[in-house]
Amino acid sequence: MYKRIRTLILLLICQALSMPLWAQADTTGKPVEMADKFRADGKIYVVVAVVVVILLGLILYVARLDKKISRFEKELK
Amino acid sequence: MLRQKWWKIVCVILLLYTVVAGFLGSVPAEPILNETIRNLYFHVAMWMAMMITFIVSVVYSVKFLRTNKHVYDIYALEYAKTGILFGVLGLVTGSVWARWTWGSFWSNDPKQLGATIALLIYLAYLVLRNSIMDLDKRARIGAVYNIFAFAMLFPTIWIVPRMVDSLHPGGMGNSFNIEMDPRLRAVFYPGAIPGWTLLGVWITTLRIRVQLLAEREQESPLATRPKDNH
Repeated sequence: MYKRIRTLILLLICQALSMPLWAQADTTGKPVEMADKFRADGKIYVVVAVVVVILLGLILYVARLDKKISRFEKELK
Repeated sequence: MLRQKWWKIVCVILLLYTVVAGFLGSVPAEPILNETIRNLYFHVAMWMAMMITFIVSVVYSVKFLRTNKHVYDIYALEYAKTGILFGVLGLVTGSVWARWTWGSFWSNDPKQLGATIALLIYLAYLVLRNSIMDLDKRARIGAVYNIFAFAMLFPTIWIVPRMVDSLHPGGMGNSFNIEMDPRLRAVFYPGAIPGWTLLGVWITTLRIRVQLLAEREQESPLATRPKDNH
């Protein structure tokens, strides 16, 4: 089980390592408005934190449900 | 697969990667879309997850028809339900996205209409099943209908919206192919699609397990079993 997770994490790290390559691809034409300032102010991290909390909360909920069902399965066996 | 743990941990890791890299990673600057391009990891991923769960569902329907094993029918039904959930989420998020890029929540775009028709066909699957009281008949007719519903996905979502003028990427009026950008692909393919799909599989396996428990309970209710002392 952990071997498979390890392989997957390794794959993701490989992905991350190749990211600087794409940073060099520039956008042609006139500049397009993006939320650069928003990120410069650091506030986007607040949004990321909120979304991560919600996501973890939902996952925790599903995981607990999973455990509960497992317990019922054991009881019925 | 049903009760293993490793892929659930993978699911959590991938979703965290999708959310963090999805908001903080660099994206191509495109007019009109601006930062909303990040919806690719959420809105488009919903449709991909829906497609995968519907494929799994139809495979189990075919398996059921070949073997007549009752469990396969439960699998097919629960995967179809999860697919419908993803489809509804995709439709609603697409509508929100359209409001600030196309101008209105609903513009009767061929892609919107096609997706709605496809979902209605799938909803009819649930209605059809529940209208048949005989359990064997319900499973058989349900499985046959599920194959039909799956076949209808292709013209309604994939073919027709691409043959007519559409605001949606892929349509005749819009040759925009932004997902080919490597920065987007790095989050979309390894993170968003498998992450959301695995979450769907997780929820589906829970529903399947509850269904199996409920049926076992019907066969031999807990009340009549000898009480074990714990």
